Amino acid sequence: MGESTALPEREAFILTKGQKKTLRCDADSLAGCVSQRACVYCGARVVLNPITDAVHLVHGPIGCASYTWDIRGSLTSGEDLFRNSFSTDLKEPDIIFGGEKKLAACLDELVEKYHPPVVFVYSTCIVGVIGDDLSAVCRAAAARHGIEVLPVESSGFIGNKSAGYRAACDTLLKLIEMPPEEAAVRRQARQASAGRPVINYLGDFNLAGETWIIRDYLHRIGVAVNVVFTGDSTCRELKKAPEACLNLIQCAGSMQYMAGQMQEKYGIPYRQVSFLGLQDTADSLRIVAESLGSAEMAERVEKLIAEEAAVYAPQIEYYKQFLAGKRAAVYVGGGFKAISLIRQFRELGIEVVMVGTQTGRKEEYQVMNDLVEEGAVIMDDANPAELERFLLEQGADLLVGGVKERPLAYKLGRAFIDHNHDRKHPLSGFVGALNFAKEVYSTVCSPVWRYLNATR
Amino acid sequence: MLDYTPKALAERKSGGMINPAKTCQPIGAMYAALGIHGCLPHSHGSQGCCSYHRMHLTRHFRDPIMASTSSFTEGASVFGGGANLKTAIKNIFEIYNPDVIAVHTTCLSETIGDDVPTIIKQSEVPDGKVVFHANTPSYQGSHVTGFSNMAKAMVTTFAEATLAEKKAQVNLLPGFVNPGDMREIKRITKLMGVPFVMFPDTSGVVDSPMTGKFEMYPKGGTTTEELKDAGNSQLTLAMGRFASIGAAEQLEKKCGVPFADLQTPIGIKATDAFVMALRGAFAAEVPYELEEERGQLVDIMTDTHFHFHGKKVAIFGDPDVVAGLTEFVLSLGMLPVHVLTGTPGGALGAGVLGFEEGIKDILGPVADKCNVKAAGDLFLLHQWIKNEPVDLLIGTTYGKYIARAEDIPFVRVGFPVLDRSVHSYMPIVGYRGAMRLIEMVSGALLERADRDAADEDFELVM
Repeated sequence: MGESTALPEREAFILTKGQKKTLRCDADSLAGCVSQRACVYCGARVVLNPITDAVHLVHGPIGCASYTWDIRGSLTSGEDLFRNSFSTDLKEPDIIFGGEKKLAACLDELVEKYHPPVVFVYSTCIVGVIGDDLSAVCRAAAARHGIEVLPVESSGFIGNKSAGYRAACDTLLKLIEMPPEEAAVRRQARQASAGRPVINYLGDFNLAGETWIIRDYLHRIGVAVNVVFTGDSTCRELKKAPEACLNLIQCAGSMQYMAGQMQEKYGIPYRQVSFLGLQDTADSLRIVAESLGSAEMAERVEKLIAEEAAVYAPQIEYYKQFLAGKRAAVYVGGGFKAISLIRQFRELGIEVVMVGTQTGRKEEYQVMNDLVEEGAVIMDDANPAELERFLLEQGADLLVGGVKERPLAYKLGRAFIDHNHDRKHPLSGFVGALNFAKEVYSTVCSPVWRYLNATR
Repeated sequence: MLDYTPKALAERKSGGMINPAKTCQPIGAMYAALGIHGCLPHSHGSQGCCSYHRMHLTRHFRDPIMASTSSFTEGASVFGGGANLKTAIKNIFEIYNPDVIAVHTTCLSETIGDDVPTIIKQSEVPDGKVVFHANTPSYQGSHVTGFSNMAKAMVTTFAEATLAEKKAQVNLLPGFVNPGDMREIKRITKLMGVPFVMFPDTSGVVDSPMTGKFEMYPKGGTTTEELKDAGNSQLTLAMGRFASIGAAEQLEKKCGVPFADLQTPIGIKATDAFVMALRGAFAAEVPYELEEERGQLVDIMTDTHFHFHGKKVAIFGDPDVVAGLTEFVLSLGMLPVHVLTGTPGGALGAGVLGFEEGIKDILGPVADKCNVKAAGDLFLLHQWIKNEPVDLLIGTTYGKYIARAEDIPFVRVGFPVLDRSVHSYMPIVGYRGAMRLIEMVSGALLERADRDAADEDFELVM
């Protein structure tokens, strides 16, 4: 690809630490780019999909449902209904005459078959154009069947993935809606009867069972989890969300807005946490104790950290000897994860020399810039050509990314970690930090790289 | 736990899909376009479409899948996507510098009515470069239709009859199959000594070797010169109706190249038909090497036939591949009691059978014992299986839920296979492909027999 990989229009979106400029982000992708970004529907679907007992009905031609059939990797402890794929499969006549009747018929059929407590109806690009009144069809179906039928305004073209997160949150806010006074009364009763603080945990999708690890930590420090948004959650649990006294947010990109709205409406405070890496996990648990204002809990937190660190720190130290001095590149969806990964790699003696996201925010890019060392490259909405160029220029040994980045890294003879839907081990918490170290080790130190005949 | 499907069959009037056995046109068009050398597929629609197609193809092929998008915004959906496409074309040549851009549409750009050919005409295209398009509305047909439409657009754009007389050359339209299959079809044709043009040809593109370099445009793919020269060929072999007839008919119409409507050469009978078609048209000798392979295949079939006889099979996937598999399992003495595709299966023109008629034709005397359906879904297939259990399921990765719920041996064939690797490199077509299929099928059946055997029935020799 040579030198011609960065268009002048793209220069504002790429920054080398040490340069005096601010990074642009949250703009639309350039037409013609091989963008790694997805659409509004994708954002909405990944946020809502882990709700286990819901029918997720995609209103549109078949593709949008096919590509999202059970790909999130969210685990469930109960219902499996969400792992089926439902589509109205719109055809040409529906495009011409409208899809409302077909949608209503599909809703009737699915409710009769599966008796779900909630149906999410996702709008796709075409629905936004042909003008189906999704809300009206959903309202009527809800009245007919006495269950929740909620539209998700996720037509692909109305923004990027972040807009989809927001659409999902708006739908969730409708699902959990109750008068603030009622919420206050119920909160008081719930907190009193539980005998320990009851909180919500936002932005964890239970990939590879990560939610369960964090639930266990919180339980051990004396905190009950009311509901997780949305990993391994159910409709009934979600509806109790306003009873919590605190919202913890793990994935800020998807859930900051939700937490803000819940604070405004129900007066529930929120705190940002991150359970990636030993240090961030420990700090996050301390934040929980501090927010809930209990010295006793703070002691339990320190005890837990000491116990877990005693088990996992030495094992991580073992892997560190093989990894210290390596260089990593990070290209993930959201900014907060990227920030955590920079810290977590440092725990392994690895420096992050390139970091980028699909949908990071300005303040997150600022934090990244503060964290990385001089010369590191920071970029927003990178394309494969840019990823290739900076992986090579920065001499990265390893890339962290999602599905589409994996074969690119491999072709360049670089190791790879999936920190997205295709992760195979939980990467959260203390045990997750060990899993992460093992994964980094197993890919960076794999014998397969020895057989590459190109020079590195 | 994953079994939510009720046994009782009830009429479904809604027209919705539960657990689909198809996806949308644009991904097929993207895959076909990757089969042109130096081509960047371009998705004229929202970013998500392109992202999903690349993701899905990446998961199946485990190779980088490059494609660009018009990145539609709200403005584009109101004022049309013309400006986006023009900017995209300019940017693509500037940054990615392909020889060819193959534009396909999406449900969005089709519905807002973008006039893609006119937009392309108004765009800046550098000398020697080509931009062409195929209409691939997602609300018609399936991914196979999209593949077919893109293959046809290649003919419309490139093929030319420049010679007074046709030359001894065959056009091979392999259909929506893996690069491993395309390589095998080419190998057989080479052995027969017949010069050929294969398109689309994704071998060397989505199964490219590891070199330590990232090649935006790997070595493989049909060149534009070859595509042009396809108009001078003496014959086209359209393998798999649903993916290939469109392009074959267009070649006949535009360049006067006649075509033969062949099944995807899966199994002995369809491979024989392919080899015979080459021999008949080009007076080519069948070399000993091929005869030997065929003989080995028959030998294997006789060695193993007692494992297969009377076993009931359910087959699903893309129509052309399903047709080939149906014929093949019949040749092994198995009974394909359920045969389903998600692709709408209407007749493809005069004298060309639709999916259900075609399968019934293959089934012959046992047709009335078998369920056959086009435009079906896996919910229906699962219901069929609950009502008439089978010994084996053959289909794409999505069959794994049914296989688990019903505890049926399962062989993964077709598109997509997302949970196993190497499949895209290995053929299921030709005599060698048939041997591989037998190995896969007998492996699955005998593994199950071993698993289920009581200690006293557990045998060393099978």
